[in-house]
Amino acid sequence: MVEKSDIRVVRCGGSKINLRPPIISNDSRFVLCASGDLVKVYSTRTEEWLNSLQGHTNQVTGIAFNPANHLQVYSCSADGTVKLWDYIDGILIKTFIIGYPLVSLYVSEKHEGVIFLHLPMATDSMNECFQLVSAHLPKSAEQEVEVKELSGVCSHISPNPSCTAFGRGGEYVAYAMHLQLNVYFFRKQKTYSFSLPATDKKGARNAFTCLACHPTDDCIATGHEDGKIRLWRNFRQKKEYTYSTLHWHHNAVNTLCFTPEGTNLLSGGIESVLVQWQYGQDNKKEFLPRLGGSILHVSASSDGQLFCTSHSDNKITVIESSFKVSGVIQGLVKGDAILTDLMIDPRSKALVLNGKPGHLQFYSLLRDKHLYNLAIAEQEYIYEAGLDQFEVVKAAFDVKGSWLATVEERGQKSSDLEFFLKLWAFDETTQSFVLNTTITAAHMDRIISMCFSSSEETTMLVTTAEDGQFKAWCQDADEDTQQDQNFWSCDFVGSYHNLKPKNCSFSADSSLLAVSFREVITIWSPDTWELLTTLCQPPGEIRDLCFGRLSCSKYLLGTTTNNLLCCWNLLTCALEWSTSVEVSKLQPDPLSENVAAFSYQSKHTDLFVFKPSEPRPLFTQNKVCSEKVHRAIFVPREEPLNGCDESSQWLNRSQLYFLTQNMDLLTFSIATEEDRMLSSSKRLLIDDSVAVTPFYLLLGKHRPQQQQKLDTPSHPAADKPKHTQGSVTIKELLHTPAHVLPAASVLCSMFVSSLLISNTGVREERESSEQEMDSEKEEEDSEGEMEPRDSQQELRAQGSVDEVTLKLSKAQERELKKVRKTDFSWMADLTDSKP
Amino acid sequence: MGEFKVHRVRFFDYMPSGIRALAFNQHNERMAVARMDGTVEIFHCSDRFFQEKIIPGREQCGIEGLSWVGERLFSAGLNGEITEYDLTNQSVKYTIEAYGGPIWTITGNQQGTHLVVGCEDGTVKLFEVNEDKIQFERNLDRQKGRIISLSWHPSGSKIAAGMMDRIQVFDVETGHSIHRMLADRGVGTSRSKECMVWSVVYLSDGTIISGDSVGMVKMWNDHTGTLIKSHNVTKCDVLALSVSQNEDSLVVGTSEGFVVQFQFISMVLEKDDKEWVRTRTFRNHTHDVRAVAEITTAVVSGGMDTQLVVRPLLDKFEVKSSASALRKINFPHRSLVSCARKSGLMLFQYPGHLELWRLGESEGQGIPGSSLLVKRKPEKLLHLKVKGEDHIRCSAVSPCGEWIAYSTASSLRLYRLHCDNNNVSITKISKIPKVLSSASQLCFSSDSSHLFSASTQSSVHLVSLSQSGCKFVGTLKPKSGSHQAIHLLAASEDGKWLASANSDHEVHVYNLHTQKPHCTVPIYSSAVSAMAIHPTTNCLFMMHADQQMFEFSIEQKQYTDWSRLVQRKGLHDIWLGRDTPCLNVMFNPQNPSHVILHDTYMLCIIDQSLPLPDGKTQFYNQLTLKSLPKEQRRSHSHAFKVCKTFKDILCVELMSDQSLVVVERPLEDISTQLPAPIKQKKFAT
Repeated sequence: MVEKSDIRVVRCGGSKINLRPPIISNDSRFVLCASGDLVKVYSTRTEEWLNSLQGHTNQVTGIAFNPANHLQVYSCSADGTVKLWDYIDGILIKTFIIGYPLVSLYVSEKHEGVIFLHLPMATDSMNECFQLVSAHLPKSAEQEVEVKELSGVCSHISPNPSCTAFGRGGEYVAYAMHLQLNVYFFRKQKTYSFSLPATDKKGARNAFTCLACHPTDDCIATGHEDGKIRLWRNFRQKKEYTYSTLHWHHNAVNTLCFTPEGTNLLSGGIESVLVQWQYGQDNKKEFLPRLGGSILHVSASSDGQLFCTSHSDNKITVIESSFKVSGVIQGLVKGDAILTDLMIDPRSKALVLNGKPGHLQFYSLLRDKHLYNLAIAEQEYIYEAGLDQFEVVKAAFDVKGSWLATVEERGQKSSDLEFFLKLWAFDETTQSFVLNTTITAAHMDRIISMCFSSSEETTMLVTTAEDGQFKAWCQDADEDTQQDQNFWSCDFVGSYHNLKPKNCSFSADSSLLAVSFREVITIWSPDTWELLTTLCQPPGEIRDLCFGRLSCSKYLLGTTTNNLLCCWNLLTCALEWSTSVEVSKLQPDPLSENVAAFSYQSKHTDLFVFKPSEPRPLFTQNKVCSEKVHRAIFVPREEPLNGCDESSQWLNRSQLYFLTQNMDLLTFSIATEEDRMLSSSKRLLIDDSVAVTPFYLLLGKHRPQQQQKLDTPSHPAADKPKHTQGSVTIKELLHTPAHVLPAASVLCSMFVSSLLISNTGVREERESSEQEMDSEKEEEDSEGEMEPRDSQQELRAQGSVDEVTLKLSKAQERELKKVRKTDFSWMADLTDSKP
Repeated sequence: MGEFKVHRVRFFDYMPSGIRALAFNQHNERMAVARMDGTVEIFHCSDRFFQEKIIPGREQCGIEGLSWVGERLFSAGLNGEITEYDLTNQSVKYTIEAYGGPIWTITGNQQGTHLVVGCEDGTVKLFEVNEDKIQFERNLDRQKGRIISLSWHPSGSKIAAGMMDRIQVFDVETGHSIHRMLADRGVGTSRSKECMVWSVVYLSDGTIISGDSVGMVKMWNDHTGTLIKSHNVTKCDVLALSVSQNEDSLVVGTSEGFVVQFQFISMVLEKDDKEWVRTRTFRNHTHDVRAVAEITTAVVSGGMDTQLVVRPLLDKFEVKSSASALRKINFPHRSLVSCARKSGLMLFQYPGHLELWRLGESEGQGIPGSSLLVKRKPEKLLHLKVKGEDHIRCSAVSPCGEWIAYSTASSLRLYRLHCDNNNVSITKISKIPKVLSSASQLCFSSDSSHLFSASTQSSVHLVSLSQSGCKFVGTLKPKSGSHQAIHLLAASEDGKWLASANSDHEVHVYNLHTQKPHCTVPIYSSAVSAMAIHPTTNCLFMMHADQQMFEFSIEQKQYTDWSRLVQRKGLHDIWLGRDTPCLNVMFNPQNPSHVILHDTYMLCIIDQSLPLPDGKTQFYNQLTLKSLPKEQRRSHSHAFKVCKTFKDILCVELMSDQSLVVVERPLEDISTQLPAPIKQKKFAT
């Protein structure tokens, strides 16, 4: 029996990649960033996600390259450990147990064997006071080491890690808090502090927001809330320190970074403009505007060739030193709020939700990659606080994924509400959604919910709105209109006692439509628009509504605000069962009878998975997370798992993802699945210690097999491996990131040879006759001028086809064989020589 | 507190002149300021920048450069003359023609032995400074094009000269040019636009710093004649440079109105390779900054917008105090207005003329704070132009309004005014005693029977006035002390006492009946900015530049008890923190315990019968008092009643009909009369 802990909640993709500044490897080939409890490694050239460093059990809060070995990276996490990784191979080298939740990590070349950790004060319970401690990493061969030597460097530092920085080779550490800048010199063990007035006469807000130290000069750059940048110098004196001011940003400076040579200073803020200041030439600056969301972090590679900015819309932009954007790594965009439900695009199997303002984003959960944004509002978004702009609030796909309905809304706060219902058709040629119909006044008031009918033949959209009506929308079937496209129009308007409708749901076969009006559920027939029956279970309004699937399709499930989960049998129109549980989200699995219910009780969320027909839940897990869950989705798996144990069977066909109020996308993973993934990732990664080039990966396995092939040319079994080997080559060719592949010219012949059918063994003999025939035909074609003799042959051939092969001249046969032989030797040469 | 009818006078079109040059004297901490109209003003830097001395200019005398040589002050201008000033008597000592066309710059060496001037004809002329005069020594190698700026190497052996498109370095010994450094015209500018090197500074380590019209501050090496570093400071011109005494800080004035500080800082701490780094930017001016000077604790700048800005360097101060506050000096620290208290006339002193106005009259009574209907508009009676080229030094109208006197540097004139209804005529009193050649201050006795004229050597001439004319009565001379010029005179109401204050902070009291010195007030460290004799008690009330106040009983020859109480208790921090000196002291005859004071920003009545505020009490307490019930008011009130209704006050005077005249000159009015500044892009416009 497998224990329940096999199923655990994991932070899956889509986590923030902009929490901490990304770091660029020494050779500028990789960019690393903390993302959830992983450290992700991306390629700077292709923006491809290469691998992830997996092992932390909580949010990774800081990463830094090991100054002693630039192929290793330290990461720290809120789980209280620091791990040392080989980031190219993805191997965990060491784990250092600190025992306190860590906020950030700093390294310095000068301090060997010491890392600096940013962690909350031990005495502090409010998480407001932080300190910087140095940790001497013990030199032991063990995998897990507990670090005991912690010594405080400075206390009362800002919770924002970008307000602390090490200066000129680690001579000093500068940290800012509110209005005070402190510089601690390690050698003298002395702190100098400088403070600014809270405000000046012009109303400037002087609080520090970020800090950077010049790599070679003693100069500290600080960013301020009012957008000023100050360059502090001469800070070894208490009085005679001095600073100069740079001012371009009109709002708080979020990040500062000196280039490694110290010739330039980069700064970024809410304007989403990267500014490059020439150090020493204060009024010379360059701009890189329109980068997307506001800039949160900037980092530069150690050779100064690349810069990385991370943005508030969960994006990392790779910028060349010539100030050109060379790549964008986009994570799951999390706006201020997720207004739409989580959806799955039936075609691309991508997760769909609102992302950038006015856009729907398509996100591949499998590859954890942002696919694209679909502009719904089609309006320019202005980055300024307090503006009321269009947001996508509702979206729905039909079953086949050929229609998308969206609702965009403006003026949620003010009284003058504006909204549009838009219907988008999937265009096969452009492979994207094209606007089909815009309905400006779909309802008198805000649309509350929306769903497509689940039948495959006719698509119908039902919307419910606060004006007390629900409307069914159909595509116009008018044949007299000359246009190819059919537009959507209203088919039916329904209401029930002038009550406000809330939820609507189609049954699995689309024969029934359930609409909830406060406490009442009305069941309609979509064909005749006849009110079939009403179901009611007062008190408490209906909060969520769904039909059972497959064998349970006779059941209708509903949750009420009075903490009741009810199940009606639609055949008897009677309440089958009900139970008192506070359900915040009810989510049916489209591929099975299972229904997941998230219940929020006493400050944490529990999950129940059940079949409507069975009174006992299939699976329960307490304390899934500490926040309320309002959005969840079952995502069908590409290939079903063959999970054996009972408790995890519900995850076999589809995976459950859910979004917490903190906008974390979480999922449930099974131990077996994790093992499988881990092993596959290991296999996919490096299997040997030999010079590990992708080239080797591609061809290393190839060669032995080829040798084997050459050794046993007539072995009948060699035929089959040859085929699979070819497909492996193709697979590897297609799955290896483009940037790590050798030149196409080199690969081409390889690729072609892998497609060629082998000439070995029985197959060769079997095929030889065909080939001979072919070559004979060729010969015929080429020797067209020798008509009379050919016709003679032809005539003979007409007599008996079989004879023809036999009647080939010896010379011709010899010739053919020669050709064949030379051909194969060339092939062998090629495959041998290329690696 | 009392209620007054206030004449709010805004028809005095006082227009200060732009600042052209600054020169700071390290030894006596005096700052000399030259204005466009040729006025030279001396400010005392450690005495809250009190304007100690004013040497009025002349027509057609534009000063281009100022230079201290020891304690002596020299100036040179486009009229081609070098002028030395007599600072004791606040006048021009002599002028010498340089014979090189207009002079653009003048500078003295640190040793105090030589002066150089840069002339239009391309010559750098070397003058030897003698005991009493200066003597032309020789010309350095003549160059093509004018010499715009000059700077001595601190050793006195080399001179750097800024010219058009280049900087020339001379050896003083031989007079030959050593180096010639070309200042390029900058990128993107047209070929025809030349690059003026407006200012050069020669440092002791051999670095030459230049500021030019392309907006660059460039550092040159004088040994190799090469450019070390250049900083682009502004898009417009860099007009002025000044280096601090220890050569670790440089201030740059630009035509965009901001002042930039550069500091000589080691880039890596504890290492000696220092670099000039641009650090602070001060934006206090709206127009061209034509002159900057770095003094020990502050950056002083002045320009076309006529104000002198003292921006303290906060890192040079241990504690925050009034000395470390930003100071802007807009108005002279002397009254340019005199009032005939009994007849409602006002005399406005302009540099080249005088204006006499009669105050308007109003109807009826109003509630406090409201404005009254004007029955008769104020009327300009007289416009009196000065004879000759000299500007007016001082002027006065007698309390009865019958006499007007003014003095220039060379002559004193006395007029008698006839005023019958609408006919105004004046007659010049022709026979003026010879001794009254020039006055540094003029004052009439309260009954208008005598004129007091402050003369050289701190003496005061006494002239009696009558219908027929004037008659010299005698001279009041102090028993001992300095011979500095008197800048304040105060006569008592009963005509018995006269007090005089000179720029060495001495206050002498004379008995007019005996024409003998009566006593001398103990010398205080700060200059007297205003004083008056109380009409009933005959106490001399003095305000000093550091905002301290003293009351001296003339009859008892000692400070009064109240004055001692003030000194014992100390004044409130807010009072001491004000940055403009009090310019006038008046007494309210209806309430002898009231003293009325004013500075540029406020009007204050000190009630000597009320307790003094201590450090913890609220200083501006009128609003609080208003909200309190009547019984409690008494216990909460203190001696200082401040009225901030009026701004930019030039003068306040109490007339004999118990109405106050407040002469305002709003700074906005001044700025509208200035030429348009360089257009600058402002954010979000």
